[in-house]
Amino acid sequence: MENQKQRQAAYMRRSLLDQGYLDEQFIHLEELQDDTNPNFVEEVVKLFYTDSARFIRNIELALENGPYDFARLDNLMYQFKGSSSSIGARRVKGQCTQFQEYCNARNIEGCNNTFQGVKQEYATLKTKLETYFQMK
Amino acid sequence: MMANSSKTSAGFSSPRSDTFPAGLRVLVVDDDVTWLKILEKMLKKCSYEVTTCGLAREALYLLRERKDGFDIVISDVNMPDMDGFKLLEHVGLEMDLPVIMMSVDGETSRVMKGVQHGACDYLLKPIRMKELRNIWQHVLRKKMQEARDVGNNDLDQYDEVWMLGGAELLSGKKRKDFENKDDEKEMSDSRFGDPSSMKKARVFWTVDLHQKFVKAVNQIGFDKVGPKKILDLMGVPWLTRENVASHLQKYRLYLTRLQKEDEAKASFCGIKHQDVSSKETSSSLTLQNPVDVCTDVANDKYGGVSGDKEIAQNGKSNICESKVKGVVSMPAAEPRSVVGDSFDSQTAGSKIGLNDSFRLVNTDVKNAKVPAPYCSTGEAPQPQYKQDFKPHFQSANGSSHQPLPVVSHQIPVDRTQPTCFLNHVPSREESDRYPDTDNKPSYFKNKSEGVGKFSPIQSTANLFQPVSHQQTNFHTLEQIMPSTTWCVTSHNVISHPQSSQGNLTLGSGSIVASLGEDMCGASIQGEFFLASNGLQNIDQFDYNDPQPISGVPTCLYDTLRFDHEYPIDSLEGIVMDQGLFIV
Repeated sequence: MENQKQRQAAYMRRSLLDQGYLDEQFIHLEELQDDTNPNFVEEVVKLFYTDSARFIRNIELALENGPYDFARLDNLMYQFKGSSSSIGARRVKGQCTQFQEYCNARNIEGCNNTFQGVKQEYATLKTKLETYFQMK
Repeated sequence: MMANSSKTSAGFSSPRSDTFPAGLRVLVVDDDVTWLKILEKMLKKCSYEVTTCGLAREALYLLRERKDGFDIVISDVNMPDMDGFKLLEHVGLEMDLPVIMMSVDGETSRVMKGVQHGACDYLLKPIRMKELRNIWQHVLRKKMQEARDVGNNDLDQYDEVWMLGGAELLSGKKRKDFENKDDEKEMSDSRFGDPSSMKKARVFWTVDLHQKFVKAVNQIGFDKVGPKKILDLMGVPWLTRENVASHLQKYRLYLTRLQKEDEAKASFCGIKHQDVSSKETSSSLTLQNPVDVCTDVANDKYGGVSGDKEIAQNGKSNICESKVKGVVSMPAAEPRSVVGDSFDSQTAGSKIGLNDSFRLVNTDVKNAKVPAPYCSTGEAPQPQYKQDFKPHFQSANGSSHQPLPVVSHQIPVDRTQPTCFLNHVPSREESDRYPDTDNKPSYFKNKSEGVGKFSPIQSTANLFQPVSHQQTNFHTLEQIMPSTTWCVTSHNVISHPQSSQGNLTLGSGSIVASLGEDMCGASIQGEFFLASNGLQNIDQFDYNDPQPISGVPTCLYDTLRFDHEYPIDSLEGIVMDQGLFIV
C-alpha cells in the first residue's frame, strides 16, 4: 500500500515536472525535507499560497481602473514572481514574465489577459499539489 | 579553527566552535516569507546558525543590538522598507560584515550595483545548496582582510576598525574588555588563523588610544597636524609613526565622510536644498554644537530647517538650546549630519553608518520633538559637530543650554555626563530611519529606566576617568552640549575611556556597553552606532582639557564632530522611544 502510494506520488511528480508545472526548485525542496521536518515541502507550498494571495488581490485591484500604474503593476508582479520561483512554479512564472512584458509595453489589455493566465496557472498548480501531497 | 572567544557580546552566545564553518551565524533578510522559510532550512542544513527577519530595519536593529552576533548577512535586494543596497551599505559601514545579496533578477546592472555597494556576492534565486555551503569563505576572507588592513596605511573602505571594531571582529576581542590595557596593542589573534602570517602587529585602536590621538590632534590643530607631532604628543611608546599616519588618514576620511553626510542630511532633512556647504571638515570647526544648531534651526536661523515642520518643532526642543558658540567658531551650521541623515536616503554608503544614527534620531525627533540638532542637519554641514561637543556638558552647570533634545524626553539632562557625549558619537543609528517602533533598541527598553541612566553624572562619571575634569570644563564652556542627552545614551554608549576599541556603536539602549558596564564591545546594542569608542573617549578628554577647547578649535571640532554626531543620535534614540526608526 505504501509502496503504491509512493509510486503514485513519484509518478505525479514526474508528470508535473514533465508538463512544466514545476521545475527543479521543487525537487530541491524535496531534497531539503528530512526527518526533522517531514512535511517541509507541503508547509512551504501552503505558506506560498497563503502569502501570495495578497499579490493576486493587489494586482487585481490595480487592474480595475485607470489610470494604470504600470510601474506598480510590474513591481507587484516582480514580487509575486519571486515568490513563485520559491516553490518552482514554472508555468506561473512564465505567465508572470509575460505580464511584465506587457507592463513595460504599457499594454493594459495584454496585462489583463495575461493576468487571467497567471491566476489560472496559479489555481491549477494548487489543486495538483494538494492532490500530490495527499498521496505522500 | 575557531577560537572560541571567551568574551562574548553581552548576552550573546559566541557561535564559534572548532568546527568552522559549522555554527556560522547567518542573518537572512527577505520580505518573502516563503523564501525566508526555505533559506532558513537550507542554511540549517549547512549547520549554520540562522536568524531570519523580514524587514531591513529589523535586520539593522538585530545587527546593532547583537554586536558581533553575526558573521554574515544575506539579504534580498528588493525589500519593502529599505532598498537592499542601502542596507548593504549600512551593514558594511557599521558592522563591517560580509553581505550577500539575493535577487530573482539577475540583470547585470543590478548585480554590478550590488558589488559596487559592497556586496561580497550576488546570488540569483532560486538559490542552490551548494551556493550557501560556500558562504563561509566570504567571512574568512573578510577577516583576513581586516587583519591585514589593521595597521596598514592602506585605506579600506570599511577599514575604520577603530570605529567599527573591525579588529574586534577579527580577534574576537570584545570591547568589553576595556579593562585590559593591553588591548591597545596586541597581536592579531584572528579566529581564523594565527597572526604570524601577518606582516605587522596589529594596532588596536582602542577607545583610550584613539582618545589620546584625538586629543593630540586637537592640541596641535587639525590643520597643522602631522603623524610625528601627534605621536610625540600621545606619548605612547610602542606606537609607531606609521601607525599614527595610517590612523590619521582614516580619521581624515572619516571626518570627510561625516561632513558629506551632514551635508546630505542637511538637504535631506526637509531642507532639501540646503546647501551644506561646510564641507570642510578639518577646518570647519566652527560648527556649532549640534544642539545649538538645533536651536538655531528651530529659531529658523537656518533657513533650511524651517521648512520642515517637524524639525522646527524639534528645533524648539531643548536640544537646540545649547549654543555652543563659545567654544568654537561655529558657524551657524548645525550638526547637520545628525539630522539630515535620518531621512537621507542618499547618503553615500559610507556615510550611512554615521547618518543612520542620526536618522534614527530624527525620526524620533519628529515624534518627540527631538532635539533640534537633528533637525538642523539640514543645515550645516558637519563642522559643527566638531566643536560643539565639548563644552556642552557643562551646560548644566553653567550654561543655560539645555539638555539635549533627547533628554527631553526622558532623559534627565545630565549634562555633566561627559561620557554621554562621547558615546553618542557613533550612534548612527539606522534605526532612526525607521519610524517603526518595532525596532526597539535595547536602550529603548531601558528608556524608562534608561532615563535614569542618563542620569546622574555620577554614573557616567565612573566611566570616564576625567569625569570631574570634564565637569569643570563644561562649566567653562558656554556651549551646551547636547551631551546631556548623550549622557543618557551614553550609558549605552561607550565612552569609557578604557573601553577597548571596537564598535562603540550605541546600540539602542544597551549602548552603554561602553561605559563601564560593558562597554565596548558589549553592547552596542541598540541602534546607535558609536563611531568609535575612541571617539567618545576622546571627547571626554577634550572636555576635560579646557585648553583644547579654547585653543584648538579645529581639533576639537574634529573630535567633536565625531562625537557630536553620535551623541545626538544616541540621545535621540533613547528618548525616542520608538520613533527612531524611520523608514
